[in-house]
Amino acid sequence: MEQKHTISILVNDQPGVLTRVANLMGQRGFNIDSITVGPSEEKGLSRMIIVTQGDEPTLEQVMKQFNKLVDVYKVSLLSNAPMVSRELALIKVEASSSNRAEINVLINPFRASIVDVGPNTLVIQCTGDTNKINALVELLSPFGIRELARTGVTAISRGMAAVKA
Amino acid sequence: MSTDTAMMEEKPSLPPIKMGESMTGADMLLRCLILEGVEYVFGYPGGSVLPIYDSLYSSHLKHILTRHEQGAIHAADGFARASGKPGVVIATSGPGATNLVTGIATAHMDSVPLVCITGNVAQNLIGTDAFQEANITGITIPITKHNFFVRDVKDLPRIIKEAFHIATTGRPGPVLVDIPKDVNQATAPFYYPETVNLRTYNPTVKPNSMQIERMVKALNEAEKPVVLTGGGTVSAGAEQELQELVEKINIPVIPTFMGLASFPGTHPLCLGMPGMHGSYAANQAILNTDLIIAIGARFDDRITMGRTKEFASNAKIIHIDIDPAEIGKNVGACIPIVGDVKNVLKAVLPKVEKSEPGAWVEQVQQWAKECPYSYTKNENGLLKPQQVVEMIYNSTNGDAIVTTDVGQHQMWVAQYFKFKNARSFISSGGLGTMGYGFPASVGAQFASPDQLVISFNGDGGFQMNQQELAIVSGHKLPIKIVVINNSCLGMVRQWQQLFYDNRYSHIDLSSSVDFVKLADAYGIKGLRASKEDEAEKVWKEAMETEGPVLVEFVVEPEENVYPMVAPGATLDQMVMGDEK
Repeated sequence: MEQKHTISILVNDQPGVLTRVANLMGQRGFNIDSITVGPSEEKGLSRMIIVTQGDEPTLEQVMKQFNKLVDVYKVSLLSNAPMVSRELALIKVEASSSNRAEINVLINPFRASIVDVGPNTLVIQCTGDTNKINALVELLSPFGIRELARTGVTAISRGMAAVKA
Repeated sequence: MSTDTAMMEEKPSLPPIKMGESMTGADMLLRCLILEGVEYVFGYPGGSVLPIYDSLYSSHLKHILTRHEQGAIHAADGFARASGKPGVVIATSGPGATNLVTGIATAHMDSVPLVCITGNVAQNLIGTDAFQEANITGITIPITKHNFFVRDVKDLPRIIKEAFHIATTGRPGPVLVDIPKDVNQATAPFYYPETVNLRTYNPTVKPNSMQIERMVKALNEAEKPVVLTGGGTVSAGAEQELQELVEKINIPVIPTFMGLASFPGTHPLCLGMPGMHGSYAANQAILNTDLIIAIGARFDDRITMGRTKEFASNAKIIHIDIDPAEIGKNVGACIPIVGDVKNVLKAVLPKVEKSEPGAWVEQVQQWAKECPYSYTKNENGLLKPQQVVEMIYNSTNGDAIVTTDVGQHQMWVAQYFKFKNARSFISSGGLGTMGYGFPASVGAQFASPDQLVISFNGDGGFQMNQQELAIVSGHKLPIKIVVINNSCLGMVRQWQQLFYDNRYSHIDLSSSVDFVKLADAYGIKGLRASKEDEAEKVWKEAMETEGPVLVEFVVEPEENVYPMVAPGATLDQMVMGDEK
């Protein structure tokens, strides 16, 4: 059965590593929903969070192929255990003085905030899981979304479990 | 003794080198190669590698100048396959590097250890679309085991050490090291690391003991087991361990194409290769077995026809491979064993119960007897290609290193040549690279100067790298170059006949070169035969000739390779010959 999976990978912090990982996804015909990279707690290692789709055998193969990359230190599936996953979205909405207040009320339950106000636009910042961001984007779309930037998902396991070097 | 005054052990003829001595990147590179035990490098010079070639001018390394970078890398690959040591190739930036691409992909598909050194433009020009600039590390990411771009001359020795380590350990493969010209020119103190320290690279070579126990139990319980041995057995050098295991428990052996030389082809338990053009006995055995012990084999679509769900559906599969990603990639395994094939077989051997050949062995041998590979000779004496392969096999009794190119002749060699020595069969199985076989034979002959090397080619593939006749001639390599000439692209022709309604589209090669004259032009003896009696005579002459010889066998153009399982069909749907 096709499912979403969130994978955490520790990789050497070296030029070209993102290319190798992304290339592998393309080469083996695996979907990438999102991919994020940043420093990890360990010097010299970066952490990538990849969200992909596929059935169990595909997932197993994806993880094994990642492990084959010489620059990959560790590959773990986060989504088979409790995890926190978040993404950040910046949403530029068309807004005049007449509906700014309405938008403000609307975004409140999402704990989103307005980070820029222009004469005819607002930039709204929101963090949360993918569903929450999708819901907010949908709610705001009637006002007219001029621009949307999303970071893609980053994630971490809950509790003591850790994907560490 | 402190490290900076310690001497490194080198060949006696070389002046010892002090650690910490200052030298250029190019000199460092050659030092590293010598310290890695490299004797031959294959290559082709050019602008960006001028510093390396200047250092080579006074080096003890033997550099073989090919006539094309593709020839160089296939030769390095043939050298590696024949010797088990890493092959080394050097090419310049841009077109030199891109000409390696086919050879790198060939080695990658067949897990051949290569270290490919490319020059690149100086770093101040990188990214400017400079003359002869190509992003070869970017291009080769999907076809190398790993690659490096050297930014600082101080990193060069460590990177070369790591390149050899990665290429030769775990599942072997090609590693490319791209060195910009300024790095080769820069100087720094030379320190060669004694060990590699790669925390992200650590192949599993020791098998899990619990899985070994499970394998032993499954082997002892199986009634109709078969071994499927592939290229992994060859890479691990585990031919002897395999034979010991097989003879202890008397179990039929099916070598894959890549594993043909991993088990003696004349052995009574050997059924020949399986799959698309495999033997009847091998395919029947797969259809009827209850346990497949796959050893360094990867269930490629030429064996499963892509019908992985139906493949050996009555059987449990034990899958032994050093690459965990191979297990479960194409077919599911009941008992996965990750480890070096040699270690696995050594662990299993003392634990299995000895057993005598029973009804199952009798059955598979019956299949082998009922339906061997076969062809019909022409009554008018005109040569059949299978006949040529058989004749050559009989004249050598299997004591030769054989290379093939790709296509029909490759399959006939796989069917009719019985390999008995380790590393005696060299062919592009995975990528199917036309133009591979002949330059690979050059590398094989350098690796094994005292052995008979026979290079089988079709008239199509031979013309893809025939320029390397110049090396054969220049180094007087005693290769027996066989060109089986059917004046067309035989395998394409066969598929057009069978699947495209006899619409023979662009397969006619009848306006090709006169191969005998071509050989002559390179100063190589050329011979030709088109009839059975001529063939015997000409081949005898070739075998008695010291030094290189090219023999062209003009054969029946419309012969097809059988048996055949069509792509998408299952192994029980074998076609044994042309419909009459």
